[in-house]
Amino acid sequence: MKKFKNRMEFRPLLSLIVILVACGILSGGSFFSLQIVDGHLYGRLIDILRNGSRYMVLATGMTMVLATGGTDISVGSVMAISGALACSIVDMRILPGLGGNTLAAVVIALAVGALCGAWNGFLVAKLKVQPIVATMILMTAGRGIAQLIADGKIVTITSDSYYYINGGYILGLPFPLYIAAFMLIAALLITKKTAFGLAVEAIGVNSRSARLAGIKVDRNIWLIYIFCGVCAAIAGLIESAGIKGADCNNCGLMIEMDGILAVAIGGTSLSGGRFSLIASIIGALVVQTITTMILAFGVAPEVIRVFKALIVIVICLAQSPAFIAKMKEAFGRKKVVAQS
Amino acid sequence: MKKIFALLLTLVMVLALAACGSQPANDPAPAPSDGGQTDTPAPPPAPENTKLVVGFAQIGQESGWRDAETNDVQWYAARNTDTVELHFADAQQKQENQIKAIRSFIEMGVDVIAFPPVVETGWEAVLTECQEAGIPVILVDRGIDANTDDSLYTTMIASDHVWAGEQAAIAMNDLLGGSGVVVELEGTVGASAAVQRKQGFDEYMAANCSGIEIAASQTGDFTRAQGKEVMESFLKTYDKIDGVFCHNDDMALGAIEAIKEAGLKPGVDIKIVGVDGVKGAFEAILAGEMNCTVECTPILANQIFDTAAKLKAGESVEKWIMSADEVYTSDRVTEDVVAGRAY
Repeated sequence: MKKFKNRMEFRPLLSLIVILVACGILSGGSFFSLQIVDGHLYGRLIDILRNGSRYMVLATGMTMVLATGGTDISVGSVMAISGALACSIVDMRILPGLGGNTLAAVVIALAVGALCGAWNGFLVAKLKVQPIVATMILMTAGRGIAQLIADGKIVTITSDSYYYINGGYILGLPFPLYIAAFMLIAALLITKKTAFGLAVEAIGVNSRSARLAGIKVDRNIWLIYIFCGVCAAIAGLIESAGIKGADCNNCGLMIEMDGILAVAIGGTSLSGGRFSLIASIIGALVVQTITTMILAFGVAPEVIRVFKALIVIVICLAQSPAFIAKMKEAFGRKKVVAQS
Repeated sequence: MKKIFALLLTLVMVLALAACGSQPANDPAPAPSDGGQTDTPAPPPAPENTKLVVGFAQIGQESGWRDAETNDVQWYAARNTDTVELHFADAQQKQENQIKAIRSFIEMGVDVIAFPPVVETGWEAVLTECQEAGIPVILVDRGIDANTDDSLYTTMIASDHVWAGEQAAIAMNDLLGGSGVVVELEGTVGASAAVQRKQGFDEYMAANCSGIEIAASQTGDFTRAQGKEVMESFLKTYDKIDGVFCHNDDMALGAIEAIKEAGLKPGVDIKIVGVDGVKGAFEAILAGEMNCTVECTPILANQIFDTAAKLKAGESVEKWIMSADEVYTSDRVTEDVVAGRAY
């Protein structure tokens, strides 16, 4: 048990459980109520899993990037591009030769996501541009590219097969959850069963010594940004499928911050090094749970942001060893005062 | 795409001009209430100075809505080349570009300047210049900061969001037969459209619909994704929801998906009223998944040029001219109406 307490997953999991329990108590248990509607599960927990799946996918890619000491703030724009592309293809606005085939649209959107990631990777690995600056280029330009693809409009589609990406169910659970699980398992296999994970950590800790130790730093960084681009593209597909349309202005707007927050709550250092994909996934669920909780309790619209910020601050403080030590010290001293 | 369109427009303009001399009443669509033309059959090409010269400084391309406004203004000018001359500028979302364009209009000595202010503040200097040059200014589709001296512009042509909220409330009351539980999806916190639509809806409901309870109101940020997420939550909080009022149609389209997800029929089990009148909403109404949308139209060219003509003739106009918005309920929406929507 002590061993688990020292694992990276412990604190984020504790935060998630505390938030969920608080929601359960405050709502008198209705927060956890699950029903079966049209043959699938229906309830707030399902909402968290479905709406949180895009954060989970994003966090998977983002964790790897952050572990190398990099950042990718272009994920929101890549989401917009992939959504715009896929919806335009399904709607037969572009490439009508494909006949609006959903699978083709998904493959092309993922390929373009990989291309976006490759561009980021090229800037970071080859040209040595600072990651935040390098990805800022695509962050600003990407939304414009998405607008161009969608011709400045919200592309609305009616394809049921495309909607399945977000709204489908397997065994009563939402389909995007399976996508997130697939990405997580794929990433876990690559990082745990091969030396790739070690290489990522080594690059994050000290890329120069990693190179001297024989790790192909540039190639690995490149691969990681491509992976992150693909993750963003998947998240874009999930989001656009959910609203049956590509909303270029708003799809994934500011989501890069939520993605980074999820990883940070998961305990991965933003300056690189040790990382845990599972902890980041839990972090992603925490981020989504906060939103769901705010909506469930009808927090007034004007104070939503403040409320969200307060919760995030509390979570971050609760995870800060220095703060906990301080609190223990203060708490201890009080006890002494009380006794005397 | 834009270039081709511009080329096409130029072609149309040239053709229209050429046809003018030989053929009377060439106008493809009758220019509404544009008196001058119909009075004089077979008008000779009007001398330069009798034309109504309007400078229009568009914000740029930001949405399908704004594109529709741009197209409408340009089409109007193209159709009426013998009576109006349009100087069109694209400010590419920048206030400084818009100010530059307005200054160039002043130098050209246009009769009237019209523009949708890209931001609310910072217009005093350039509007004063217009005033000194004696050129009337029409604000299009949005206002400027209320603290600015309103004598600096001549008139504003824009939708009345409070009215839209009231119309939505009236439609909702009719749909529910005077009793039920309603939830509200608000726009972005603090946005004037959201504040005013809410005000119109809530005040009308409070005053006239005692049987209808507004159970909850939450922001959906004017976006589909958030509209869907908020509606999902409402559906779990309240056992019975009879209607939802959305501050724009996009949130309504998101809410439709959430309602389907909950195993209910949008438009039947839960009545949906939106604002804006985007094409997607009309398609949803046609499909029976939505019940009503209150228009907030970008088709303003007729009003802009009519007002400009009045101003040139020295007539006085209202300080705020409401745009000609309409309420569309399901009985008014046919395939033809949907096909004719420009945005």
